[in-house]
Amino acid sequence: MPDTTSPAAPSSLYAPHRKVYPRAVKGRVRSIKWIVLAVLLGLYYIVPWLRWDRGPGVPNQAVLADISNARLFFFWIELWPQEIYFLTGFLILAAIGLFAATSLFGRVWCGFTCPQTVWTDLFMWVERRIEGDRNARMKRDAGPPSRDRTLRRIAKHAAWIVIAVATGGAWIMYFQDAPTLVRQLATGSASTETYFFVALFTATTYMLAGFAREQVCTYMCPWPRFQGAMLDQDSLVVTYREWRGEPRGKLKGAGHGDCVDCGACVHVCPTGIDIRDGQQLECIGCGLCIDACDEVMGKVNRPDGLISFETLANLAASTAATARFAPGPERQQAGMAARTRLHLIRPRTMMYAGVLAFVVAVMLAGFLLRDTLTLTALAERAPPFVRLSDGGIRNAYTLKLADKTRDAGHYVLTLQGPPGLQLLVQDVETDASGRPILPARPDGVATFRALVTAGPELPLREHAELRFRLLDAEGHVVASGKSVFLGPER
Amino acid sequence: MADKRETDAISGVSTTGHEWDGIKELDNPMPSWWLYTFYACIAFAALWVVLYPSLPFVRGVLGYTTRNDFTGVMREQQARAEPMLARLRAATPAEIAADPELRGYALAGGRIAFATNCAGCHGSGGQGATGGFPSLADDDWLYGGTFDAIHTTISVGARNGENPEARGVQMPAFAAAGLSMAQVDDVAEYVLSLSGTGGDATAAARGAPLYVENCVACHGETGEGNRDLGAPRLNDRIWLYGGDKASVVRTIAYARAGVMPSWSSRLDAATINMLTVYVHALGGGER
Repeated sequence: MPDTTSPAAPSSLYAPHRKVYPRAVKGRVRSIKWIVLAVLLGLYYIVPWLRWDRGPGVPNQAVLADISNARLFFFWIELWPQEIYFLTGFLILAAIGLFAATSLFGRVWCGFTCPQTVWTDLFMWVERRIEGDRNARMKRDAGPPSRDRTLRRIAKHAAWIVIAVATGGAWIMYFQDAPTLVRQLATGSASTETYFFVALFTATTYMLAGFAREQVCTYMCPWPRFQGAMLDQDSLVVTYREWRGEPRGKLKGAGHGDCVDCGACVHVCPTGIDIRDGQQLECIGCGLCIDACDEVMGKVNRPDGLISFETLANLAASTAATARFAPGPERQQAGMAARTRLHLIRPRTMMYAGVLAFVVAVMLAGFLLRDTLTLTALAERAPPFVRLSDGGIRNAYTLKLADKTRDAGHYVLTLQGPPGLQLLVQDVETDASGRPILPARPDGVATFRALVTAGPELPLREHAELRFRLLDAEGHVVASGKSVFLGPER
Repeated sequence: MADKRETDAISGVSTTGHEWDGIKELDNPMPSWWLYTFYACIAFAALWVVLYPSLPFVRGVLGYTTRNDFTGVMREQQARAEPMLARLRAATPAEIAADPELRGYALAGGRIAFATNCAGCHGSGGQGATGGFPSLADDDWLYGGTFDAIHTTISVGARNGENPEARGVQMPAFAAAGLSMAQVDDVAEYVLSLSGTGGDATAAARGAPLYVENCVACHGETGEGNRDLGAPRLNDRIWLYGGDKASVVRTIAYARAGVMPSWSSRLDAATINMLTVYVHALGGGER
């Protein structure tokens, strides 16, 4: 039975994968991208090898997330798991920094520094060295199978896998001592988990940078979806100056704009789009089309910047100013003259700067006021109090003394609260005046049991505030912990 | 509904003939990888039924049981703990308490053993309960609070009829042993006056000679008690069965006695040592 209700043939919602063959390009943006790539990859591979002396028995790796010992080392900073909020704060800082950079300069993160972009660039460079540039690769892929093609493909994938293993291996080095890890990997004595994670990150690097590439940005990454909220008319984005280029056409023909429709911008694009179609989700803002176009403009003796980092506000101003001009140098000059300077200071950027400054201040204050010695007093609840034979009342407390330094200090414990309470700590020494001395456990938590007794004649409330105070050798309070003394009211 | 299979114009695939509010379902075949995964699961299940216990009363070819697995793991754990347990067995509780390593282990192990075996009567923190379950956290002991005394009490128990060396002597019920209820009342007033909590001084004075006659042998002249017999101190503020007059009267008239099992036949020597150290550290330990 024919279905008469269906429309003729709606366009498919499925987009088949079109392989992108980006052409190599040279120019200013490309040079900046190479420098950024070298710096970032250099940092990534070198940082785990930096050493930082922290004394005997402590990891000497400058940057190390020591999962098995639950410590995070960053040069002179050592964080405990309960201080993970510093990491949270750092991530918030990174996010706001990203928002601010995006509102100022567009998708600089995507185009220059995102690991997906950096590793894809590296993989493409390897690909070009082995299989040649765009035309050679397209021709070889379209042609019949050959020994040459097979060998080149094997070489390319082998090189990719070597890079992927190095990437995955270096990632693990941030979680284990790098020299030890390399020795273990080389001798095959690393743990199963280590091999698993090296294999995992090797596989993801190989797949994401070798195959998925622009699809990660277009389909997988959430960032392109919501970064539109950070961009406005004054953000720098990669744009084609339509007012100057159109109508596009052959160099020789009459009445054409500056775009000679050579397709260079399309051929170099790593995501395979045409920037002349306007702003697109797929555009990662890498600016390689700028280099490609400038090269062509130079050859045909026309000014640079037909494709450029430009704000949408300037683009609209230029378009309006050149509406009545015919293609030619006058139109180009009028359009460029209509532009205004980049507005770095706008409510949006000021807001991001303000939030950034606020978070930095909070983090800095939190870090500078961070306690390296903390005392926690937990009142025992079973029983809440013990009646002694003389009619006295005794409460017991678990004291936890956490020392984030490695000084192995000794501290005198005193009690602040209702007068007349007797303090005793089990299994510790006392000083000359009978006060308990608590030995701290370097880089650890020492646990003590304290007994506080109220004599039989002492008036009691059901609930009295107490404070355990820890004194250093000079008698300064270095840490204190609050608790309560419970008893029958009398 | 079942007979409306038709060919979809867009995909060229037949529909299933089902329609809900105009929505029709295409009758696409299952993806083959899915189908083969399904077949593989069936094959795996068949193999599993043969190898492992899956049906009632059928053990499976491998003879695997989770119970054996569990006992194996437990045996492994015990073997791992054995060197430390041997040291805890060989040392006395006092020696254990003096060695920081052994003490830490004994306090941790004693806490678990206490929660398992003792907390039912003595409370999770050793606080005891009125009605004859002594507090182990205070400074009053029926049989003594030294390491040795605690160790012995745990080992032999009290009035349990299973261990001939068990602690404790039975207190007589004085209502049946010749005292009138008025006399019991007077003795109770005297007993309360020993800890300074009595009210009626004349009644206490009448009770004094009765106390000397009937109670001093075990509880002592000033009510200091007798740890050899397990006779509680009467001149302090701690009462096993309640310190109000009615409770004391009842105790004198009808007698009371707590029972504690003998743990030497139930627990390993290392466990009893750990329990001793733990109870000693609850707050009342004597040197």
